[in-house]
Amino acid sequence: MQTDNQKKGILYAGPMGLWFILFFALPMVIIILYSFLTRGMYGGVEWKFTLDAFRQVFNPNFVEILIRTFLITVGCTALCILLALPCAYAMARSRHQILFLLLIMIPFWTNSLIRIYAWINLLSADGIINQFLISLHIIKTPLKLIYNQNAVIVVLTYMFLPYSILPLFSTMDRFNFSLLEAARDLGATKLQSLTKIMLPSIRGGIVTSIIFTAIPVFGAYTVPLLIGGIDSYMVGNIIVDQVTKTRNWPLASAFSMLLTVPITIAIIIGLGGKKNEKK
Amino acid sequence: MRRNKTPFATFILILVLIFLFLPLIVISVYSFNPGKTVFWTSGPSLTWYYKLFTDSGPLWRAFGNSLLIAITSSITATIIGTLASIGIKFFTFKGTKTISILSYLPMVLPDVVIGISMLVFFSAIKMKLGLGTIFLAHVTFNLPFVFILINASLEEFNYSIVEAARDLGASQRQTLLRVIIPAIMPAIFGSFFMALTMSLEDFLITFFVSGPGSTTLPLFVYSTIRYGISPVINALSFVIILGLLFIGWIARRHLKDIASGT
Repeated sequence: MQTDNQKKGILYAGPMGLWFILFFALPMVIIILYSFLTRGMYGGVEWKFTLDAFRQVFNPNFVEILIRTFLITVGCTALCILLALPCAYAMARSRHQILFLLLIMIPFWTNSLIRIYAWINLLSADGIINQFLISLHIIKTPLKLIYNQNAVIVVLTYMFLPYSILPLFSTMDRFNFSLLEAARDLGATKLQSLTKIMLPSIRGGIVTSIIFTAIPVFGAYTVPLLIGGIDSYMVGNIIVDQVTKTRNWPLASAFSMLLTVPITIAIIIGLGGKKNEKK
Repeated sequence: MRRNKTPFATFILILVLIFLFLPLIVISVYSFNPGKTVFWTSGPSLTWYYKLFTDSGPLWRAFGNSLLIAITSSITATIIGTLASIGIKFFTFKGTKTISILSYLPMVLPDVVIGISMLVFFSAIKMKLGLGTIFLAHVTFNLPFVFILINASLEEFNYSIVEAARDLGASQRQTLLRVIIPAIMPAIFGSFFMALTMSLEDFLITFFVSGPGSTTLPLFVYSTIRYGISPVINALSFVIILGLLFIGWIARRHLKDIASGT
């Protein structure tokens, strides 16, 4: 029976396993390999072992960009979660859940480049916000609303807010809100009932929200490229530039490893932890 | 009069919705502006819609590519992912955990990493970049979402109906086709729909693995943003937003399932 199970399981799960080995694991192995090789003259690599790529990663310019990317990620994620908590709470308690879900998902489904394009229309020097303020005589010369770091933070928050709201909503939706009333009846303040009763049971949702928001923000490319200026280059931009412009594949691979390794370790620990909890 | 129990949270929610919709509204309104700037030189017109439907060959070719890739990759990902999920749920075997970890990773790694690893892989095996490589990449990033969504629905699945079916003499195959798959059909549709939207929306991974002549809609929009903005994009966006509203409304009963999958 055990071997029968094994056979059938592999029959069903095999195609996906094979797919991931071929098109995910193998490319990852190649990336790891490339990060230790010498860059080729015209892109590609030469088969000579070197640690050059990793030395270049820690060049002060890149370190500055890494730190900036980290700070932008922390800022955006914090903003997203702070906004998402009351939103998810209001949605979970609302009688119009489906309507609100639809309203959250429509922008999320609209192509991200189209939304970036809309933001350019809104924020640029002769854009809508500036024209509006000038026509009201609030300002005389256009404000610099775009091509700086603040614009990047606003638009990134805009992009990934649904990623924070949806998982939070899913967990809050399962929360029994009468527990809050029970806590209030037993003398807890409103804040106490929220932090001591609700917070512990939605912790999982908060963690999921943080993961789903922080990771894409950290790897952002289009927003800093199209909305940001020279002061808002992020890691994603360096990686793409190494591939498309300077054609330094080992360096691009090394940067990719820098993003991949911590996330992989976190997932292995996270999934391992989950299993232990069940036991 | 019904009192709102959560006035503050609802207030924030409404502000956030305005924030989320502001760019979409702007785009929709400006799609009716005949001029190319933010100024309204004359009244609303359908100039850009006319151009969109009569004089936008490259745009529609890109749209066709996007649709082709989205449909084929979503169907492939849904079939492979659903089978894997059923396999892991109903048969215990060695390697389950490895498969779980392998399937989580592509979902949580930044797009730029997935894109670059696939580009490096395809050029290492000397595969020509084009619609084929885009298809392979899209199945790869869609699979984890399908797998996790179906897993979640099998988690809530009442196992005793499988036993009942077997007791009543159904073969394993019959049980799968007539009992299990119909029971998780909403989740299968949900994950197909999710994969479809993600495939239509992806820019960065496609950017890496596309070749000449395989421009998808996001790539087309990107190039118009970079090299001269055309308000035809506004008209197209409004059409897409209306389409999404329509599809969303049809799928409104399954919105919650889709939301819990993310």
